[in-house]
Order: sequence, then C-alpha cells, then structure tokens
Amino acid sequence: MKYQYRWALLFFLTPVLLWLVLLIVLPQIDLFIMSFRVENDAGEMVWSIVNYLNFFNEPIYWLTFVRTAVYSVLVTFLTFLIALPVAFYITKVVKPKFQGFLTLFLLLPFWVSEMVRVYGWMILLRESGVINHFFLKLGILNHPIEMLYRDSTMMLGLIYTSMLFMVVPLISVLESLDDSLIEAAYDLGANMWSVLFKIIIPHAAPGIVSGSIVVFMLTLGNYLTPNLMGGKNSLWFTEQIYNQFIASFNWNQGSAFGFLLLFLSSLAIWLGLKLSKQTLRKVVQ
Amino acid sequence: MIRSLPNSRAYTLSFKIYITLYFTFLFAPLLVTCILAFNDSQFPSLPWKGFTLEWFTGNLQERVGIFHDQINLDSIWVSIRVAFFVTLLAVSVGTCGAFLFEQEEFPLKQFLYFLMLAPLVIPGVILGISILMFSTTLGIYFEESWNMDVSLFRPGFWLVVLGQFSFISTLVALVVSARLKKFDRTLEEAAMNLGANRFEVIWHITLKFLRPAIFGAGAVAFLMSFENFNTTLFLVGSEATLPINLYLQVRDGSTPVINSISFLLIVGTSLAALANLYFSRKKD
Repeated sequence: MKYQYRWALLFFLTPVLLWLVLLIVLPQIDLFIMSFRVENDAGEMVWSIVNYLNFFNEPIYWLTFVRTAVYSVLVTFLTFLIALPVAFYITKVVKPKFQGFLTLFLLLPFWVSEMVRVYGWMILLRESGVINHFFLKLGILNHPIEMLYRDSTMMLGLIYTSMLFMVVPLISVLESLDDSLIEAAYDLGANMWSVLFKIIIPHAAPGIVSGSIVVFMLTLGNYLTPNLMGGKNSLWFTEQIYNQFIASFNWNQGSAFGFLLLFLSSLAIWLGLKLSKQTLRKVVQ
Repeated sequence: MIRSLPNSRAYTLSFKIYITLYFTFLFAPLLVTCILAFNDSQFPSLPWKGFTLEWFTGNLQERVGIFHDQINLDSIWVSIRVAFFVTLLAVSVGTCGAFLFEQEEFPLKQFLYFLMLAPLVIPGVILGISILMFSTTLGIYFEESWNMDVSLFRPGFWLVVLGQFSFISTLVALVVSARLKKFDRTLEEAAMNLGANRFEVIWHITLKFLRPAIFGAGAVAFLMSFENFNTTLFLVGSEATLPINLYLQVRDGSTPVINSISFLLIVGTSLAALANLYFSRKKD
C-alpha cells in the first residue's frame, strides 16, 4: 500500500514539477539575473544596475510606467462603475426568466478573440469608419473626425476588453446577497444611495476586489489594445518592453522593464488582498 | 429597487435604457465586423454597396476571399496545430496537478500550490519574454558545452506551444480540481477493498467521474490557445499564428478579408460557447 502510494505521488509530482520549474521558476530567475547584466566597453557581460538606472534617468521610460499604472487604475475603476449596475440588474431587478438569457449574452462577446474585438472598434471609430459615416449622413458633422488613436478610445477599448472579468465576479457575489436585507432597509425608509453604500457595496466587497485585481493585471499587461487603438504618443509600458526586445534587441534592458512590470502587478495584487483580507486561493476560484 | 419592491417608472425605464446601451456597446463592434464582411467594397467601411460573398469565395486579382488566401489559411492551420498540442499537454499535466493537490500529501505542498497559481498573476508578456530568454540561455549553453544546436530553443512552433502551455495548465488544474473536490472518496476505498490498485482506481473510477470537467477544460484550453496573443508575440518564429497574423495585417491597413475571417471566428466561437454551456448544463 505504502509502496503504491509513493509511486502515485511521483507520477503526479514529476510532470507538475517539470512544468513549474522549467517554464515558470527558472525563466523568472533568468529574467531577474539578466536584468542586472550589462555589456561593458570590452564587449563582456558584467554585473550592473545600469538597466534600472536608465529607467529612472530617462523620463520617457518612467513616465510611460507611471502613465500605464495610472491609466490601469482608471480603467479598473470605470469598468467597475459600468459593470455594477449591469450585475445588479441581472441578479436583482430583471424577471428571473430572463436571467439566464441575459447572462449568456453578456458572456458571448468575450469568447471571441481580443484581436477581433479590437478590430471591430477600429472599423467603427476610424476616420472612414461606420460612426463617422452615420454622423455625416445625419448632418451632425460636416467632415469626418479621427476618433481612433486617442487616449480616450484606448481607454474605451481597455474597458471593453476587461468588462467580463468584472461582471462575472460581481454577478456571483450579488447572487448571494439576500433580497430581504434590501427589503428591510426599504421598509425602514432607506433610499437608493444608502442601500447602495450600506448594503450592496459592503456585501459585494470580495467580488469587487477579485474583479479589480484581475482587471488591473490584465490592463497593465495588455499589448494589443494600446498598440492598435492608442496614438503614437500614448505608449504603454508593454510596448516599451517589446521595443527593447524586438526593435533595439537590448534584452537586458527589456528584462529590467519586464521585472518592473511584474513588480507593479504583484504589488497591486498583494495590496488588494491585504486590504480585503482575502487569500489568493479564494480569489482565483 | 429590486423586483420584489415597488419601483417608480422612471427607475425601471432608466435601468432598461442603461442595459440596452450596455448591450449595444457589447455587440456593436462584433455586428459591424460581421456585416461588413458581406459588403461589395474594397474597404471594410460604409457605404453599403450591395451583398457579396466574394470576401469568402472570391479568387480574383484584387479580391482574394479567405478560402483562397494562402497566408491566412496557413496561419489558421498553425493555430489549430498549436492549440491541439497545448490542449493535449495542458489537460494531461493540469489533471496531474489536480490529483496532486487534491489527493496527495507531501512537504511544501502549500508552497507548490502557490507556485502553480503564479502563472495566472504573471502578465502574459512577462511569461513570453522570460521563456524566450531562458530558452536562449539554454540554447547558448548547449551550443558552447556540447556543440549541439537544439532548434527547440529558438523562437518557433514548439516554443509557442510551451509558452501557452505554461499558464493554460493552471486553468485546467483549477477546473479539474473543482470537480475532484466533489468526488466521493469512499468509492475509491470500495474499489481498493475489491482488490484494485491505485492506478486502476484512478483509470476506471476517478477519471470517469472527471470526464465532463476534463472535456470542458480541454475546450477552454483550446480556445485560449487559439486566441492567445501576448505570450505568443515574443515566442513566434516564422510560422505566425492567426492572432499574430491578423495583428500584422490590421497594423498595416486592412481589407474585408479580415472581416470574413472575423465572421468565421465569431460564428465558430459562439457555437462552441453555446455547445459548452449546453453540455455543462446537462451534466449538472
């Protein structure tokens, strides 16, 4: 019995260990080491913190970093603002027979590739796009305007892409909210806002936190949407990483950037978990 | 406020308007993409110039429909192959992970579990660059130490498979674990009392029980791999996957062929999503 048990453990442990060590742990360690290596004048690789100093000395680098972080926070907050009424409507307001149907339709667009969704927005918003066409036809505009390649459209794209990861946790957390709490508050004369701030939001806090963490992380690490919908001046930090790796071929600088991004996203997750006293285990489930 | 309470008409009406706007926001880009795939025009934009299927079936000099567009067809085939291998690997290793964390006891279990969740919280771009760097480091090492040139370590098909596998396995493991938690372990004890060994129990009993979860996780893994962009971007070699290929085309200007591909993807994934939902409803 004991003998068999050990074999089973080994059978399950080996592939999992191979996967985690070879594809996660060692590559991350390598990334960390490489970010402290730099080529000196003689063409040899030496230890140095120059890659990190570059980041702080070149305003373009750290400005992009700060911009990406601030915009990601903004996207997370706006996504929450838009998603909360939707989740509330589906769980509490609409007739129960429409619930399943609405939820299904809510999820459907997110099965489609992000590339296709961004492309859809591009043909809607660009200068020769569908929205401009209708505005011209209706006489709202005299000449087409370029709605793409602005920070606001980039935000729109990011909010659109992240929506699912906010709506789903909110729906599941609001489903567990007992209707009689809201009824009691109503009977005691509470208005809509006090119900919202004293009952709904405190109850939904775990869902809000897990949704926000996921949305923030995905927005921070997004490349496609800022690259295709943002303008030339709206650089995202992932684009800086891409430029270092693919365009400048400076992998050491790129790994320093990568490590900074990883640090920021881990910090945000850690803060979110601490503030809400949750564990990672709970959030992912 | 909620359906059991009296609501003012203004409240109900404004909520209905909001929800309508929200669903318009969700579906507008997809619908427009689909509709413009059938527009008889050289550009994916209005005005409407009549219905045509040429962006699917056409094979003219200036209009090559998707069914004759070799570059795009090749990239679809690459994506299908990548997704096939990723699904195969992720389902096998992910299921091992589920058994490991649900049914086995060993030192450092909590730590390893935490490590297994890590791929979910590491941005895809970072996974991509770290795997690219590590494989290059290994490649140089093999080259210098043993004078071996290992093509696996260069960006290309298998590196893309490994990169996507590295985080999709975690999802599979979580989905399968959730099902394994509901498994009644007295069934295993009964089988063992009747003389089955551990592997026979797993093969004949536990895996049978897990089958719906494994198929569901496999479908999700396939789709996630098929659509992955961030991790793939850094690992791709000469064989571009479909999202990468579409990205390159959209960046340099677009033709309605992209709409016709998008149309096929939207219809395909919607059907897959509905089928997945139907089967998961049925098993509950």
